[in-house]
Amino acid sequence: MRPSLIQATWIVARKDLLIEWRTRTAFISAVVFSMLGLAVFYFAWSPTAVSPADLAPGVVWVVFTLAAILAVQRSFSIELLERAGDGLLVSPVDREAIYLGKAIANIIFVGAIQLVTVPVAALFYGLPFGEVVPVMLGIGALATVGLVAVGTLFASMAVNTRMAELLLPLLSLPFFLPIVMAAGQSTQRLVAGRPMSESISWLKMLVAFDLVFIVACTLAFPYTIEE
Amino acid sequence: MTSNSLTARDTKPQPVIDWMFWLAVAAVAFTYVRAIWFTPTEATQGPSQKIFYIHVPSVLAGYLAFGVLGIMSIVHLWLKEERADRMAAAAAEVAVLFFAIVLITGSIYAKVIWGAWWVWELRLTLTLLLWFLGVGYLVMRGAIEDPMMRARFCAVLAILQVVLIPFVHLSVYFVRDHMHPMPVVLKPSSPSLPNSMLMTFLISVASFLLMSAALIRARYRLTMLRDAADAAEQGGMA
Repeated sequence: MRPSLIQATWIVARKDLLIEWRTRTAFISAVVFSMLGLAVFYFAWSPTAVSPADLAPGVVWVVFTLAAILAVQRSFSIELLERAGDGLLVSPVDREAIYLGKAIANIIFVGAIQLVTVPVAALFYGLPFGEVVPVMLGIGALATVGLVAVGTLFASMAVNTRMAELLLPLLSLPFFLPIVMAAGQSTQRLVAGRPMSESISWLKMLVAFDLVFIVACTLAFPYTIEE
Repeated sequence: MTSNSLTARDTKPQPVIDWMFWLAVAAVAFTYVRAIWFTPTEATQGPSQKIFYIHVPSVLAGYLAFGVLGIMSIVHLWLKEERADRMAAAAAEVAVLFFAIVLITGSIYAKVIWGAWWVWELRLTLTLLLWFLGVGYLVMRGAIEDPMMRARFCAVLAILQVVLIPFVHLSVYFVRDHMHPMPVVLKPSSPSLPNSMLMTFLISVASFLLMSAALIRARYRLTMLRDAADAAEQGGMA
Protein backbone atom coordinates (compact mmCIF):
# COMPACT_ATOMS: atom_id res chain seq x y z
CA MET A 1 0.00 0.00 0.00
CA ARG A 2 1.30 3.39 -0.94
CA PRO A 3 1.37 5.74 2.05
CA SER A 4 -0.04 9.26 1.72
CA LEU A 5 2.33 12.22 1.52
CA ILE A 6 1.94 13.02 5.21
CA GLN A 7 2.39 9.40 6.28
CA ALA A 8 5.44 8.99 4.05
CA THR A 9 6.93 12.26 5.31
CA TRP A 10 6.56 11.04 8.86
CA ILE A 11 8.08 7.65 8.03
CA VAL A 12 11.17 9.29 6.51
CA ALA A 13 11.52 11.79 9.36
CA ARG A 14 11.08 9.02 11.94
CA LYS A 15 13.72 6.88 10.22
CA ASP A 16 16.30 9.69 10.31
CA LEU A 17 15.53 10.61 13.90
CA LEU A 18 15.66 6.98 14.97
CA ILE A 19 19.12 6.55 13.43
CA GLU A 20 20.24 9.62 15.34
CA TRP A 21 18.53 8.55 18.56
CA ARG A 22 20.26 5.16 18.52
CA THR A 23 23.74 6.61 18.06
CA ARG A 24 23.49 10.21 19.32
CA THR A 25 27.02 10.85 18.07
CA ALA A 26 26.07 13.60 15.62
CA PHE A 27 23.90 15.38 18.17
CA ILE A 28 26.56 15.37 20.85
CA SER A 29 29.27 16.50 18.43
CA ALA A 30 27.05 19.29 17.10
CA VAL A 31 26.27 20.53 20.62
CA VAL A 32 29.94 20.44 21.58
CA PHE A 33 30.83 22.17 18.30
CA SER A 34 28.36 24.97 19.07
CA MET A 35 29.65 25.44 22.60
CA LEU A 36 33.19 25.44 21.31
CA GLY A 37 32.22 28.08 18.75
CA LEU A 38 30.71 30.26 21.46
CA ALA A 39 33.88 29.98 23.52
CA VAL A 40 36.25 30.66 20.60
CA PHE A 41 34.30 33.72 19.45
CA TYR A 42 34.27 35.07 23.00
CA PHE A 43 38.04 35.25 23.00
CA ALA A 44 38.28 36.58 19.46
CA TRP A 45 37.14 40.02 20.68
CA SER A 46 38.37 42.14 23.49
CA PRO A 47 35.54 42.23 26.08
CA THR A 48 36.58 45.75 27.03
CA ALA A 49 36.01 47.03 23.50
CA VAL A 50 32.73 45.22 22.73
CA SER A 51 30.52 44.15 25.59
CA PRO A 52 29.69 40.41 25.50
CA ALA A 53 25.98 41.22 25.50
CA ASP A 54 26.39 43.16 22.23
CA LEU A 55 28.49 40.42 20.73
CA ALA A 56 26.25 37.50 21.68
CA PRO A 57 23.42 37.77 19.11
CA GLY A 58 25.82 37.85 16.17
CA VAL A 59 28.00 35.05 17.48
CA VAL A 60 25.04 32.83 18.31
CA TRP A 61 23.65 33.11 14.80
CA VAL A 62 26.94 32.49 13.08
CA VAL A 63 27.51 29.41 15.24
CA PHE A 64 23.99 28.08 14.63
CA THR A 65 24.38 28.56 10.91
CA LEU A 66 27.55 26.48 10.89
CA ALA A 67 25.93 23.84 13.10
CA ALA A 68 22.97 23.70 10.70
CA ILE A 69 25.33 23.06 7.79
CA LEU A 70 26.87 20.13 9.68
CA ALA A 71 23.41 18.77 10.48
CA VAL A 72 22.00 18.87 6.95
CA GLN A 73 25.16 17.43 5.50
CA ARG A 74 24.84 14.47 7.82
CA SER A 75 21.26 13.80 6.78
CA PHE A 76 22.39 12.84 3.27
CA SER A 77 25.79 11.39 4.04
CA ILE A 78 24.09 8.67 6.12
CA GLU A 79 22.29 7.62 2.93
CA LEU A 80 25.61 6.96 1.19
CA LEU A 81 26.49 4.11 3.54
CA GLU A 82 25.69 0.78 1.87
CA ARG A 83 23.76 2.78 -0.72
CA ALA A 84 20.83 3.30 1.63
CA GLY A 85 19.74 6.23 -0.51
CA ASP A 86 18.94 3.91 -3.42
CA GLY A 87 16.64 1.94 -1.13
CA LEU A 88 14.88 5.15 -0.24
CA LEU A 89 14.42 6.04 -3.90
CA VAL A 90 12.90 2.68 -4.88
CA SER A 91 10.54 2.67 -1.90
CA PRO A 92 6.95 3.60 -2.80
CA VAL A 93 7.01 7.16 -1.44
CA ASP A 94 6.83 10.47 -3.27
CA ARG A 95 10.08 12.33 -3.77
CA GLU A 96 8.53 15.32 -2.02
CA ALA A 97 7.99 13.14 1.06
CA ILE A 98 11.69 12.27 1.15
CA TYR A 99 12.58 15.96 1.13
CA LEU A 100 9.95 16.99 3.68
CA GLY A 101 10.75 14.06 5.95
CA LYS A 102 14.45 14.85 5.93
CA ALA A 103 13.74 18.54 6.44
CA ILE A 104 11.50 17.84 9.43
CA ALA A 105 14.11 15.53 10.96
CA ASN A 106 16.72 18.26 10.42
CA ILE A 107 14.50 20.94 11.98
CA ILE A 108 14.06 18.78 15.07
CA PHE A 109 17.78 18.04 15.14
CA VAL A 110 18.86 21.69 14.82
CA GLY A 111 16.09 22.78 17.21
CA ALA A 112 17.37 20.35 19.82
CA ILE A 113 20.89 21.74 19.43
CA GLN A 114 19.53 25.25 20.02
CA LEU A 115 17.54 24.13 23.02
CA VAL A 116 20.80 23.10 24.66
CA THR A 117 23.12 25.83 23.40
CA VAL A 118 20.93 28.94 23.78
CA PRO A 119 21.01 28.68 27.60
CA VAL A 120 24.75 28.01 27.36
CA ALA A 121 25.16 31.16 25.27
CA ALA A 122 23.18 33.18 27.82
CA LEU A 123 25.42 31.79 30.53
CA PHE A 124 28.72 32.34 28.69
CA TYR A 125 27.88 35.89 27.59
CA GLY A 126 26.22 36.97 30.81
CA LEU A 127 22.80 37.71 29.30
CA PRO A 128 19.64 38.06 31.43
CA PHE A 129 18.49 34.46 31.36
CA GLY A 130 14.71 34.66 31.68
CA GLU A 131 14.31 37.39 29.06
CA VAL A 132 16.81 36.23 26.50
CA VAL A 133 16.28 32.49 26.31
CA PRO A 134 12.60 32.53 25.21
CA VAL A 135 13.26 35.31 22.68
CA MET A 136 16.23 33.49 21.15
CA LEU A 137 14.42 30.18 21.00
CA GLY A 138 11.42 31.84 19.33
CA ILE A 139 13.54 33.54 16.69
CA GLY A 140 15.55 30.34 16.46
CA ALA A 141 12.44 28.38 15.49
CA LEU A 142 11.73 30.78 12.62
CA ALA A 143 15.32 30.87 11.46
CA THR A 144 15.81 27.11 11.65
CA VAL A 145 12.98 26.42 9.23
CA GLY A 146 14.61 28.64 6.59
CA LEU A 147 18.14 27.31 7.21
CA VAL A 148 17.00 23.73 6.98
CA ALA A 149 14.67 24.21 3.98
CA VAL A 150 17.54 25.49 1.83
CA GLY A 151 20.27 23.43 3.46
CA THR A 152 18.49 20.09 3.03
CA LEU A 153 18.01 20.66 -0.70
CA PHE A 154 21.62 21.75 -1.22
CA ALA A 155 22.93 18.85 0.85
CA SER A 156 21.07 16.43 -1.40
CA MET A 157 22.85 17.96 -4.39
CA ALA A 158 26.26 18.47 -2.80
CA VAL A 159 26.49 14.88 -1.59
CA ASN A 160 26.60 13.74 -5.22
CA THR A 161 29.54 15.97 -6.13
CA ARG A 162 33.25 15.57 -5.82
CA MET A 163 33.70 18.15 -3.06
CA ALA A 164 30.59 17.91 -0.93
CA GLU A 165 32.09 19.34 2.25
CA LEU A 166 33.30 22.49 0.54
CA LEU A 167 30.44 22.92 -1.88
CA LEU A 168 27.61 22.87 0.67
CA PRO A 169 28.75 25.98 2.60
CA LEU A 170 29.71 27.72 -0.64
CA LEU A 171 26.21 27.23 -2.04
CA SER A 172 24.19 27.74 1.11
CA LEU A 173 25.92 30.62 2.93
CA PRO A 174 24.66 33.28 0.49
CA PHE A 175 21.16 31.95 1.14
CA PHE A 176 21.76 32.11 4.88
CA LEU A 177 22.76 35.77 4.74
CA PRO A 178 19.19 37.16 4.99
CA ILE A 179 18.38 34.64 7.75
CA VAL A 180 21.43 35.47 9.82
CA MET A 181 20.83 39.18 9.35
CA ALA A 182 17.17 38.96 10.32
CA ALA A 183 17.79 36.68 13.31
CA GLY A 184 20.85 38.59 14.52
CA GLN A 185 19.33 42.06 14.15
CA SER A 186 16.02 41.17 15.77
CA THR A 187 17.73 39.30 18.62
CA GLN A 188 19.99 42.31 19.19
CA ARG A 189 17.01 44.66 19.46
CA LEU A 190 14.83 42.42 21.59
CA VAL A 191 17.68 41.59 23.97
CA ALA A 192 18.38 45.32 24.36
CA GLY A 193 14.76 45.76 25.43
CA ARG A 194 13.72 47.69 22.31
CA PRO A 195 10.01 47.55 21.40
CA MET A 196 8.78 44.70 19.22
CA SER A 197 7.82 47.14 16.46
CA GLU A 198 11.52 47.64 15.65
CA SER A 199 12.01 43.95 14.92
CA ILE A 200 8.71 43.14 13.33
CA SER A 201 9.78 43.75 9.73
CA TRP A 202 12.77 41.43 10.22
CA LEU A 203 10.55 38.73 11.65
CA LYS A 204 8.05 39.13 8.84
CA MET A 205 10.84 38.71 6.34
CA LEU A 206 11.98 35.59 8.16
CA VAL A 207 8.49 34.09 7.91
CA ALA A 208 8.28 35.03 4.22
CA PHE A 209 11.67 33.42 3.62
CA ASP A 210 10.55 30.22 5.34
CA LEU A 211 7.34 29.95 3.34
CA VAL A 212 8.89 30.80 -0.04
CA PHE A 213 11.81 28.43 0.33
CA ILE A 214 9.83 25.51 1.75
CA VAL A 215 7.60 25.64 -1.32
CA ALA A 216 10.43 26.30 -3.79
CA CYS A 217 12.71 23.60 -2.40
CA THR A 218 9.93 21.00 -2.15
CA LEU A 219 9.12 21.60 -5.80
CA ALA A 220 12.79 21.57 -6.81
CA PHE A 221 13.83 18.47 -4.87
CA PRO A 222 12.50 15.82 -7.30
CA TYR A 223 14.78 17.30 -9.99
CA THR A 224 17.84 16.67 -7.84
CA ILE A 225 17.31 12.91 -7.55
CA GLU A 226 15.82 12.05 -10.92
CA GLU A 227 17.47 8.98 -12.38
CA MET B 1 40.62 21.15 -32.44
CA THR B 2 39.60 19.73 -35.78
CA SER B 3 36.12 19.86 -37.18
CA ASN B 4 36.06 16.36 -38.69
CA SER B 5 35.98 14.77 -35.24
CA LEU B 6 32.53 16.15 -34.44
CA THR B 7 29.98 13.42 -34.06
CA ALA B 8 27.02 14.84 -32.17
CA ARG B 9 24.10 16.06 -34.22
CA ASP B 10 23.54 19.78 -34.85
CA THR B 11 27.03 20.68 -33.66
CA LYS B 12 28.25 22.10 -36.91
CA PRO B 13 31.31 24.02 -35.71
CA GLN B 14 30.84 27.76 -35.70
CA PRO B 15 33.65 30.19 -35.06
CA VAL B 16 33.83 31.18 -31.39
CA ILE B 17 35.09 34.66 -32.18
CA ASP B 18 33.01 36.10 -34.99
CA TRP B 19 31.68 39.40 -36.35
CA MET B 20 29.47 40.03 -33.32
CA PHE B 21 32.39 39.87 -30.93
CA TRP B 22 34.47 42.27 -33.02
CA LEU B 23 31.50 44.59 -33.37
CA ALA B 24 31.15 44.63 -29.56
CA VAL B 25 34.88 45.31 -29.13
CA ALA B 26 34.65 48.19 -31.62
CA ALA B 27 31.57 49.57 -29.82
CA VAL B 28 33.28 49.48 -26.42
CA ALA B 29 36.41 51.10 -27.88
CA PHE B 30 34.29 53.82 -29.45
CA THR B 31 32.56 54.37 -26.08
CA TYR B 32 35.88 55.06 -24.35
CA VAL B 33 37.27 57.29 -27.04
CA ARG B 34 34.11 59.32 -26.71
CA ALA B 35 33.98 59.17 -22.89
CA ILE B 36 37.60 60.18 -22.40
CA TRP B 37 38.18 62.80 -25.08
CA PHE B 38 34.80 64.03 -26.26
CA THR B 39 32.66 64.16 -23.13
CA PRO B 40 32.84 67.06 -20.63
CA THR B 41 34.37 66.36 -17.20
CA GLU B 42 31.95 66.60 -14.31
CA ALA B 43 32.47 69.75 -12.19
CA THR B 44 32.58 68.43 -8.60
CA GLN B 45 33.80 64.85 -8.99
CA GLY B 46 36.35 65.55 -11.72
CA PRO B 47 37.73 62.76 -13.90
CA SER B 48 36.71 60.09 -11.37
CA GLN B 49 33.15 60.49 -12.58
CA LYS B 50 34.20 58.92 -15.90
CA ILE B 51 34.17 55.54 -14.18
CA PHE B 52 30.42 55.95 -14.40
CA TYR B 53 30.71 54.91 -18.07
CA ILE B 54 32.08 51.51 -17.15
CA HIS B 55 30.55 50.90 -13.70
CA VAL B 56 26.87 51.43 -14.52
CA PRO B 57 26.82 49.66 -17.90
CA SER B 58 28.66 46.69 -16.32
CA VAL B 59 25.88 46.32 -13.75
CA LEU B 60 23.31 46.26 -16.52
CA ALA B 61 25.38 43.83 -18.58
CA GLY B 62 25.77 41.61 -15.50
CA TYR B 63 22.05 41.66 -14.84
CA LEU B 64 21.36 40.82 -18.48
CA ALA B 65 23.62 37.77 -18.14
CA PHE B 66 22.06 36.78 -14.80
CA GLY B 67 18.61 37.12 -16.34
CA VAL B 68 19.66 34.85 -19.22
CA LEU B 69 20.98 32.38 -16.64
CA GLY B 70 17.65 32.33 -14.79
CA ILE B 71 15.49 32.04 -17.88
CA MET B 72 17.66 29.36 -19.49
CA SER B 73 17.60 27.34 -16.26
CA ILE B 74 13.80 27.36 -16.23
CA VAL B 75 13.77 26.42 -19.92
CA HIS B 76 16.15 23.56 -19.21
CA LEU B 77 14.11 22.08 -16.36
CA TRP B 78 10.94 22.47 -18.35
CA LEU B 79 11.99 21.21 -21.79
CA LYS B 80 15.12 19.19 -20.86
CA GLU B 81 16.87 21.16 -23.56
CA GLU B 82 20.63 20.65 -23.57
CA ARG B 83 21.27 23.89 -25.41
CA ALA B 84 19.53 25.88 -22.65
CA ASP B 85 21.94 24.39 -20.13
CA ARG B 86 24.94 25.41 -22.23
CA MET B 87 23.54 28.89 -22.63
CA ALA B 88 23.02 29.10 -18.85
CA ALA B 89 26.63 28.08 -18.21
CA ALA B 90 27.88 30.69 -20.67
CA ALA B 91 25.68 33.38 -19.10
CA ALA B 92 26.92 32.54 -15.58
CA GLU B 93 30.53 33.08 -16.60
CA VAL B 94 29.73 36.38 -18.25
CA ALA B 95 27.69 37.51 -15.22
CA VAL B 96 30.61 36.79 -12.90
CA LEU B 97 32.93 38.75 -15.20
CA PHE B 98 30.73 41.84 -15.31
CA PHE B 99 29.94 41.79 -11.59
CA ALA B 100 33.69 41.59 -10.93
CA ILE B 101 34.15 44.71 -13.08
CA VAL B 102 31.38 46.42 -11.08
CA LEU B 103 33.06 45.54 -7.76
CA ILE B 104 36.51 46.66 -8.90
CA THR B 105 35.37 49.94 -10.47
CA GLY B 106 33.00 50.51 -7.54
CA SER B 107 35.78 50.23 -5.01
CA ILE B 108 38.05 52.53 -7.02
CA TYR B 109 35.26 55.10 -7.09
CA ALA B 110 34.61 54.54 -3.37
CA LYS B 111 38.27 55.23 -2.56
CA VAL B 112 38.27 58.49 -4.49
CA ILE B 113 34.88 59.81 -3.37
CA TRP B 114 34.28 58.24 0.06
CA GLY B 115 37.88 57.62 1.10
CA ALA B 116 37.60 53.85 1.64
CA TRP B 117 38.15 50.95 -0.75
CA TRP B 118 35.15 49.07 0.50
CA VAL B 119 31.87 50.35 1.91
CA TRP B 120 29.06 48.07 3.09
CA GLU B 121 26.52 49.87 1.09
CA LEU B 122 23.25 48.57 -0.35
CA ARG B 123 24.19 48.20 -3.97
CA LEU B 124 27.80 47.14 -3.48
CA THR B 125 26.71 44.49 -1.00
CA LEU B 126 24.07 43.21 -3.35
CA THR B 127 26.56 43.07 -6.22
CA LEU B 128 29.05 41.22 -4.04
CA LEU B 129 26.38 38.67 -3.22
CA LEU B 130 25.46 38.28 -6.89
CA TRP B 131 29.11 37.66 -7.60
CA PHE B 132 29.22 34.98 -4.86
CA LEU B 133 26.13 33.36 -6.31
CA GLY B 134 27.67 33.29 -9.78
CA VAL B 135 30.92 31.82 -8.47
CA GLY B 136 29.00 29.20 -6.44
CA TYR B 137 27.13 28.23 -9.58
CA LEU B 138 30.36 27.84 -11.56
CA VAL B 139 32.05 25.85 -8.79
CA MET B 140 29.09 23.47 -8.73
CA ARG B 141 29.29 23.05 -12.50
CA GLY B 142 32.91 22.06 -12.13
CA ALA B 143 32.22 19.58 -9.33
CA ILE B 144 29.81 17.28 -11.20
CA GLU B 145 30.91 15.02 -14.01
CA ASP B 146 27.68 13.51 -15.29
CA PRO B 147 26.37 16.09 -17.79
CA MET B 148 22.68 15.32 -17.21
CA MET B 149 22.99 15.57 -13.46
CA ARG B 150 25.10 18.71 -13.74
CA ALA B 151 22.51 20.38 -15.93
CA ARG B 152 19.62 19.58 -13.57
CA PHE B 153 21.45 20.56 -10.38
CA CYS B 154 22.73 23.78 -11.86
CA ALA B 155 19.29 24.73 -13.16
CA VAL B 156 17.75 24.15 -9.71
CA LEU B 157 20.50 26.20 -8.08
CA ALA B 158 20.15 29.10 -10.51
CA ILE B 159 16.37 29.29 -10.07
CA LEU B 160 16.69 29.34 -6.28
CA GLN B 161 19.34 32.05 -6.59
CA VAL B 162 16.92 34.20 -8.54
CA VAL B 163 14.32 33.63 -5.79
CA LEU B 164 16.88 34.69 -3.19
CA ILE B 165 17.75 38.08 -4.70
CA PRO B 166 14.65 39.97 -3.38
CA PHE B 167 15.32 38.73 0.15
CA VAL B 168 18.90 39.93 0.13
CA HIS B 169 17.81 43.21 -1.36
CA LEU B 170 15.25 43.64 1.41
CA SER B 171 17.59 42.70 4.24
CA VAL B 172 20.41 44.94 3.05
CA TYR B 173 17.85 47.71 2.58
CA PHE B 174 16.70 47.36 6.20
CA VAL B 175 20.12 48.07 7.72
CA ARG B 176 22.37 50.12 5.56
CA ASP B 177 22.43 53.85 4.97
CA HIS B 178 22.13 55.00 1.45
CA MET B 179 25.46 56.46 0.55
CA HIS B 180 25.47 55.35 -3.06
CA PRO B 181 24.72 58.02 -5.67
CA MET B 182 21.05 58.00 -6.46
CA PRO B 183 20.06 57.21 -10.03
CA VAL B 184 20.88 60.04 -12.39
CA VAL B 185 19.39 58.58 -15.55
CA LEU B 186 16.93 55.82 -14.63
CA LYS B 187 14.59 57.80 -12.40
CA PRO B 188 11.03 59.06 -12.71
CA SER B 189 11.94 62.65 -13.67
CA SER B 190 14.01 63.43 -16.76
CA PRO B 191 17.75 62.68 -16.63
CA SER B 192 19.69 65.38 -14.77
CA LEU B 193 22.83 65.51 -16.85
CA PRO B 194 23.88 67.36 -19.99
CA ASN B 195 22.97 65.83 -23.31
CA SER B 196 26.58 65.08 -24.29
CA MET B 197 27.05 63.03 -21.10
CA LEU B 198 23.70 61.36 -21.49
CA MET B 199 24.58 60.35 -25.05
CA THR B 200 27.93 58.90 -23.94
CA PHE B 201 26.19 57.04 -21.14
CA LEU B 202 23.57 55.56 -23.45
CA ILE B 203 26.28 54.52 -25.92
CA SER B 204 28.23 52.87 -23.08
CA VAL B 205 25.13 50.93 -21.97
CA ALA B 206 24.40 49.80 -25.52
CA SER B 207 28.01 48.74 -26.12
CA PHE B 208 28.19 46.80 -22.84
CA LEU B 209 24.92 45.00 -23.46
CA LEU B 210 26.21 44.09 -26.91
CA MET B 211 29.47 42.89 -25.35
CA SER B 212 27.56 40.80 -22.81
CA ALA B 213 25.49 39.16 -25.55
CA ALA B 214 28.59 38.60 -27.72
CA LEU B 215 30.51 36.99 -24.86
CA ILE B 216 27.59 34.71 -23.94
CA ARG B 217 27.39 33.68 -27.59
CA ALA B 218 31.13 33.04 -27.82
CA ARG B 219 31.17 30.99 -24.60
CA TYR B 220 28.13 29.07 -25.77
CA ARG B 221 29.85 28.12 -29.00
CA LEU B 222 33.00 27.19 -27.15
CA THR B 223 31.04 24.77 -24.89
CA MET B 224 29.48 23.22 -28.00
CA LEU B 225 32.94 22.61 -29.47
CA ARG B 226 34.28 21.33 -26.17
CA ASP B 227 31.39 18.90 -25.65
CA ALA B 228 31.73 17.66 -29.22
CA ALA B 229 35.45 17.13 -28.72
CA ASP B 230 34.79 15.24 -25.46
CA ALA B 231 32.20 13.08 -27.20
CA ALA B 232 34.61 12.36 -30.05
CA GLU B 233 37.38 11.49 -27.63
CA GLN B 234 35.16 9.07 -25.73
CA GLY B 235 33.93 7.60 -29.01
CA GLY B 236 37.54 7.11 -30.07
CA MET B 237 38.46 5.34 -26.86
CA ALA B 238 35.50 2.94 -26.94
